[in-house]
Amino acid sequence: MPDHISDNSSTATASVASDARGSLRQKSQWQEIGENSIGLVIVLILLIGLFSLSTQHFFSAVTFSTILNQVPAAMLVAIGMTFVLIIAGIDLSVGSVLALCGGILGVGLVQWHLPLFLAALLCVAAGAVCGMINGALVVRFQLPSFIVTLGALEAGRGAAYLVTNSQTQYIGSQIEQVNDASFLGLSLPFWVAIIGVILAQLVLTGTVFGRYLIALGTNEEALRLSGIDPRPIKIIVFSVSGAMAGLAAIALCSRLASADPNAGSGFELEAIAAVVIGGTSLMGGRGSVINSFFGVLVIAVLENGLAQLGAQEPVKRLVTGGVIVAAVIVDFYRTRRAEAKSRQLR
Amino acid sequence: MSFLFQTEKLSKAYAGPVLRDVDFTLCPGEVHALVGENGAGKSTLCQIVAGIRQPDSGRMLLEGKPFAPLTRKDAEASGIRIVLQELNLIETLTIAENLFLEQLPNRAGWIKNAALEKAATQALTMVGMQRLPPGILVSRLGIGQKQLVEIAAGMSHRCRVLILDEPTAALTAIDTERLFERIQHFKAEKVGIIFISHHLEEVEAIADRVSVLRDGELVACLHQGEYQLDEVIRLMVGRKLDQSFHAKRAIGKRVLRVEGLQAPPAVREVSFDLSEGEILGFAGLMGSGRTETVRAIFGADQRAAGKIYVGQSNAPARIERPSDAVRLGIGLLTEDRKTQGLLLPKPARVNITLANLGSELLRFGGWLDRDKEASISAKWVQRLDIKVRNVEQTAVSLSGGNQQKLLLARWLYRDCKVLICDEPTRGIDVGAKFEIYRFLNSLAEAGKGVIVISSDLKELLQICDRIAVLSAGKLAKIFRREEWSEDKIMSAAFSEFGAGKVAA
Repeated sequence: MPDHISDNSSTATASVASDARGSLRQKSQWQEIGENSIGLVIVLILLIGLFSLSTQHFFSAVTFSTILNQVPAAMLVAIGMTFVLIIAGIDLSVGSVLALCGGILGVGLVQWHLPLFLAALLCVAAGAVCGMINGALVVRFQLPSFIVTLGALEAGRGAAYLVTNSQTQYIGSQIEQVNDASFLGLSLPFWVAIIGVILAQLVLTGTVFGRYLIALGTNEEALRLSGIDPRPIKIIVFSVSGAMAGLAAIALCSRLASADPNAGSGFELEAIAAVVIGGTSLMGGRGSVINSFFGVLVIAVLENGLAQLGAQEPVKRLVTGGVIVAAVIVDFYRTRRAEAKSRQLR
Repeated sequence: MSFLFQTEKLSKAYAGPVLRDVDFTLCPGEVHALVGENGAGKSTLCQIVAGIRQPDSGRMLLEGKPFAPLTRKDAEASGIRIVLQELNLIETLTIAENLFLEQLPNRAGWIKNAALEKAATQALTMVGMQRLPPGILVSRLGIGQKQLVEIAAGMSHRCRVLILDEPTAALTAIDTERLFERIQHFKAEKVGIIFISHHLEEVEAIADRVSVLRDGELVACLHQGEYQLDEVIRLMVGRKLDQSFHAKRAIGKRVLRVEGLQAPPAVREVSFDLSEGEILGFAGLMGSGRTETVRAIFGADQRAAGKIYVGQSNAPARIERPSDAVRLGIGLLTEDRKTQGLLLPKPARVNITLANLGSELLRFGGWLDRDKEASISAKWVQRLDIKVRNVEQTAVSLSGGNQQKLLLARWLYRDCKVLICDEPTRGIDVGAKFEIYRFLNSLAEAGKGVIVISSDLKELLQICDRIAVLSAGKLAKIFRREEWSEDKIMSAAFSEFGAGKVAA
């Protein structure tokens, strides 16, 4: 009888092991990403279908390339924001930091006559420093990131006015060449943003750092007591968010050929909306950069489509707001169903 | 003499029996103390009396009539009130609001502040706290004052039976004195009082009778003046032991030395050595500072003083935070699995590898090798016999014992030289408990140093080589296997509490 029991349990554990490997081979990293994104892709296709049927000109290469060339700045900011939300933080300063970085780019090019490469580097570095300050304040004084970055939202805007002397700085052809460089009909900033999205997604799902981000957002104390110091991780994440705002500033300035101290106002909320539509949890511990990218596209398609339908600004905003809330509700039920399923199988 | 309240053959079981056929009686105007080790069933008995829990069998009589409260409210309606050990105050409200939260005096929803303040002042006067203005926020009070507010909340209503669960744990000597005065008033009004305390001197001073609970059984009921304290301690612990879990091992070189550790207020003075192949137990009562001690060693909390030596090194180690401790080969299995250990919504795999995402799992300089990670976690799942469908099952969906094994796997995979386990078997079933004893044993056999904190003394006696007894933040004594007895350990556990009281 005891023999029988032990026999049983050993086959059971063996099957656990093989099942474990089997299920993983079945579900590769990429498959997982695909599964997670399928819902959003369907929504996107539905939206495009809807607008294509209801307007004359929506379904055209021009519309698509317009949309895709509009979104790089939002995509870049959304990358950083996804990381921040995954560690259960929030970064409200990205719009202001973007304006400040744009100002620095403009001044660097026009007044200091820096070469483009150097000015761009300075712009991104300035963003990273802003983010680093945010992160350091959060870590050092254990403040909620909401408060710290709310302060930075104001301070950053002020700094942007200071740098640009409160005037829109015309930069000219020097910066336009960034936006003009194109491949397959899409601008350089778009391709940079795409590469950024893919890289960030790989870091998130494939590296130790990414694993720590998810652990940090799930249970900071557990991570700390597992012997991993969460403080440098937080500082890096906020620095990345700032640097992404800097990159976004280059994208935006190159499209407009100028640096506007009012640029990017309200950008933080747009980015958060896109990330949340992408299913990243505001409570932290869960998220996907690829889905944030689709979130950005959903908002952009919606706005363009509604504009082509002849909708005015008020209607556009009403609809967009509704979609944001609807997306979160759908996500809420999706997670709850997944949890219930995992309980049932217990 | 007729009883105010009595229980007849009261029994209650969770995983195992907690109370067995308890016959307890209470006279009007009597203080009846309940004493026993942690987990002896004192709190459970009180909670049944107060209607918070229901017995499995047996019955209760209040003034001779059957009494079976289904909720705390039922019991309160019959005049039975309980002041609980843990604080249930809302920090952001005032003392007065907390006292009368259930029935704030109001007119059409608007609070009548004058009436509230008057009632609150009355209640505070009853516990001798009239100097505290009832309008200040609870968050401004010290822990002892909060305890008094909690007591005032319980005492401010008329009652026939009052249950005080460890009311003096956080009180200073003066406040305790005042509370005892109040208790005398209640006695004069013929209220029966059930009093739980770890401070046996207090019990001796105030209780008319003392009942001793051991493993859920009421083993003795003694009248004031007819017993010695060491007799009570012997009654609390006397039982047979099964020592089969301890295997004779070779004790090797020193792996950890702690010298003069202080982390006020919980830890006042702790020094000890730990060797390879040794399991050192930390025993002590609630509030003796065991958890705080190991957290301070691990760098999870600040230390005020003390040196820690790791391995055979004679230079003190720099442990400022947990990451330092882990780097030096110390692991901590935390007391609270859910808030301090697990990533609940994440797969078993992620939970197992978290503390050791090192080179073994990396490829191409920095990318996690998921297949490797899965096979390694599957290996640990198998080795510890963790009941999961596969390594992708989330931690939240596992039972307590399997969750604990996940965390144990995390530290085993990290391969620490020293593993500290804080209440490793709390809230898990007997089968999983024995498995965890086996793993700790095999760890020691493999030459690791293991520290086990447990409130279950029997458990420590079964698995440890030595037991360090903490009392009120001091390491009172370390016993070897051949010299320990439960009486000695319990006396050591009580030893500093009286002294601490005077100092406070």
